[in-house]
Amino acid sequence: MSAPTVLRAENLVKRFGGITATDNVTLDVVKGARHALIGPNGAGKTTLINLLTGVLPPTSGRIILDGADITQLAPHQRVRRGMVRTFQINQLFGSFTPLETLAMTVSQHMGLGRRWWQPLGAEAEVRRRCEDLLGQFHLGDVRNVKTEHLAYGKRRLLEIAIALACEPRVLLLDEPVAGVPPGEREELLRTVAALPADVSVLLIEHDMDLVFEFARFITVLVNGALLTEGEPDAIANDPQVKAVYLGHGEAVGL
Amino acid sequence: MKRQMNHPADAQNTGALLRASRWRLWEPLLWLAVMFAPLVFKSHALLVNEIAIVAMFALSLDLILGYTGIVSLGHAAFLGFGAYSAALFAKHLNPDPLLGLAVGTAAATVLGALCSFTIQRGSDLTRLMVTLGVSLILYELANKLDWLTGGADGLQGVTMGPLLGRFEFDLYGQTAAWYSLTVLLLIFLLSRRLVHSPFGATLEAVRDNRLRAMAIGIPVGARLSVVYTVAAGIAGAAGALLAQTTGFAALDIFSFERSADLMLILVIGGIGWLYGGLAGALVFILMREGIASITPQYWTFWIGLFLVVLVLVGRDRLLRPWTWFGKARNQSGKPAGERQ
Amino acid sequence: MLTILFDGIAYGMLLFILAVGLSVTMGLMNFINLAHGAFAMLGGYLTVVLMQRFGWPFLLCLPVSFVGTALVGALLERTLYRPMYGKPHLDQVLFSIGLAFMAVAATDYFMGSQQQIMQLPDWLRGRTELFGGALGMGHYRLFIIAVCAALTVGLQLVLSRTRFGSQLRASVDDAVVARGMGINVNLVFAATFAVGSGLAGLGGALSAEVLGLDPTFPLKFMIYFLIVVAVGGTSSITGPLLAALLLGIADVAGKYYIPKLGAFIVYSFMIVILLWRPQGLFSRLGGGK
Repeated sequence: MSAPTVLRAENLVKRFGGITATDNVTLDVVKGARHALIGPNGAGKTTLINLLTGVLPPTSGRIILDGADITQLAPHQRVRRGMVRTFQINQLFGSFTPLETLAMTVSQHMGLGRRWWQPLGAEAEVRRRCEDLLGQFHLGDVRNVKTEHLAYGKRRLLEIAIALACEPRVLLLDEPVAGVPPGEREELLRTVAALPADVSVLLIEHDMDLVFEFARFITVLVNGALLTEGEPDAIANDPQVKAVYLGHGEAVGL
Repeated sequence: MKRQMNHPADAQNTGALLRASRWRLWEPLLWLAVMFAPLVFKSHALLVNEIAIVAMFALSLDLILGYTGIVSLGHAAFLGFGAYSAALFAKHLNPDPLLGLAVGTAAATVLGALCSFTIQRGSDLTRLMVTLGVSLILYELANKLDWLTGGADGLQGVTMGPLLGRFEFDLYGQTAAWYSLTVLLLIFLLSRRLVHSPFGATLEAVRDNRLRAMAIGIPVGARLSVVYTVAAGIAGAAGALLAQTTGFAALDIFSFERSADLMLILVIGGIGWLYGGLAGALVFILMREGIASITPQYWTFWIGLFLVVLVLVGRDRLLRPWTWFGKARNQSGKPAGERQ
Repeated sequence: MLTILFDGIAYGMLLFILAVGLSVTMGLMNFINLAHGAFAMLGGYLTVVLMQRFGWPFLLCLPVSFVGTALVGALLERTLYRPMYGKPHLDQVLFSIGLAFMAVAATDYFMGSQQQIMQLPDWLRGRTELFGGALGMGHYRLFIIAVCAALTVGLQLVLSRTRFGSQLRASVDDAVVARGMGINVNLVFAATFAVGSGLAGLGGALSAEVLGLDPTFPLKFMIYFLIVVAVGGTSSITGPLLAALLLGIADVAGKYYIPKLGAFIVYSFMIVILLWRPQGLFSRLGGGK
């Protein structure tokens, strides 16, 4: 690998009582990566994301972002350092409109989160970034609709727009197209593909079409442990990977 | 990336975002009317005073409950702490009202800062318990330290000096009413700024979805601490005003009934829109005056019935027609749409 | 000192029986029911009325107060509580406070605000002294311990050995999955609520002599029930049991040794414990709901 590593999970272990959800996983995400994390259900992919983002504390192991050990940092501190995630199940702010959501997120990201004397949206730069994001994610026409009233596809777009509003250097996408109806998938896929080249992306996905279209590097996780990793062609032809997927009865476009 | 300084849609966005913070026509009119109340209702000035104080107390709870989603059953702790601090200050040190107000507010703010550690972790029930526990502890302390606080008899004989050196507190209570109303207005203006700011938006984000708020870099713990401390300070100010304008401080200020009444008041007026405290205080106190003259002992029963019906029917269906248009945020404080 | 321990245990066991319904309801339905104390009060007053107005014997009143309160609980669950299950905690708090207020005022209206005097049967009065007076066991308190211990064992057996018990445990773990497995979760809720209320009623009847009984009972003791639930957690019944015993002993000991500070100690302990372990001292669950 010629590109430098931006995010490294080193010997990560997570145990819940008797269950080992993450089994000594070491993972490197390089700069500008289009890195997919795949594996059968229950393989521990979301747990890994939760460990990386600090939502769960690891039983042992380290997490290194841009060369700095962030294992002890709180989730919001990791976000400040440029590691942002999206959620498999939408985590939105129900009473906000997309415009308000993005204005709030952008303001927070720009360091205005403690400003209490000026109205939200008074800052022209905030508005400019909101407008860019609304356009990029095709949310312009629903910008003033309360999130709780939005259609699912739009909500999913907002889910990812929020993450992008934080100008991530490392973006962890947890099943971005999950549950999105076919009509709205294309919009979402195009947006994911159009992410800036210098943003390093780690993508959890079940949809193999998306994985093979998007990824330049694939890690396969099974039962919380790393099975194998490599470039798409290698993975597609790997007999172990095939066994894992075919053994589960999944028809996969391998 | 293209850098346009003014998108065509910028005016539209600005309008949408700033709409919430703009003053509606009726608002300055309302406040004008409010400030005239002690003149118009001269013989009921003490009642006006009480409504102003309760409205301030309710506003402080709205900041933590309506805007940040912290369920607290012990907010009376700060009301009482402010009251006793101000009363003791006036009695033993200096009867100047404004100084006493500052002391009461400061004391409650410090207490709030200390207690803000207690509301960080745990479930709603934990928070309920801890906040309730604090107010009960203060009740016990005030009860047991009777050499200082007067115990069950309360702290009596708090006579205040003239306000600003000129305005004596008269028997009608007009000075008191204007005093409280002015402080209320100031607090309201400051709170209004706060809730419409980016800071206020992050509070609402914490309320709607704490997990996601963390995931976009909001330091949730710090936000909770700050807003809890501020709300405690405001409640303390209300308490100080209460002690100063009534001339005493009693134990029941720390009671659970006080905190429960407060929650009811805020819920009547509507949580999450700042005027809820004022509206609720007005309705509650007028109802109390009305019903109490008919069935004084069974006031609790009707309050209870009202609460039950209110919740069964749905809090957000209560009559606030002017919030149906032009208000940017949801008022009911319900959890966000798709929480796991 | 042994007497204090004994009294504390009796108090604790009583608190457990009073609060166990609340704990299970919280764990099962994620419902904060601040009106739980009203059921206890109902059981207490039911017993008093039956004994004083109709001359029923004390022992008979106990199961009757259980059944009577359970029936009322079942009725209220069906009609008033069920629509509240999914609502935010704030609504539940307001609702149950409202119910509690109504119960308090109604009781005041019908029964008057004075303390009710419980006339215990003769064989329950009296006291046995052991170890040369170091341990004084009031017979009534012995009775309480015996009854509550038996109930606790019974509860544990039901939970672990019966089909209903496993259905209940499944529903607590994950109501959605339980439904999917064909468990009639609504029935489980209703039955659990009824039994929990019934136990509270029984506890109320038992506690009238020890804790006093007047219309303010639900509000006065609500904090104690909540402490038991918050500290003991909602994922087991041994948690609340231990929490109740701890609370009982701490309260009795505190009031005896440091009367000036009394309840202050209890509240402070509770806050410290909850800050240290927000999910409760004995809970297996992590984090908060």
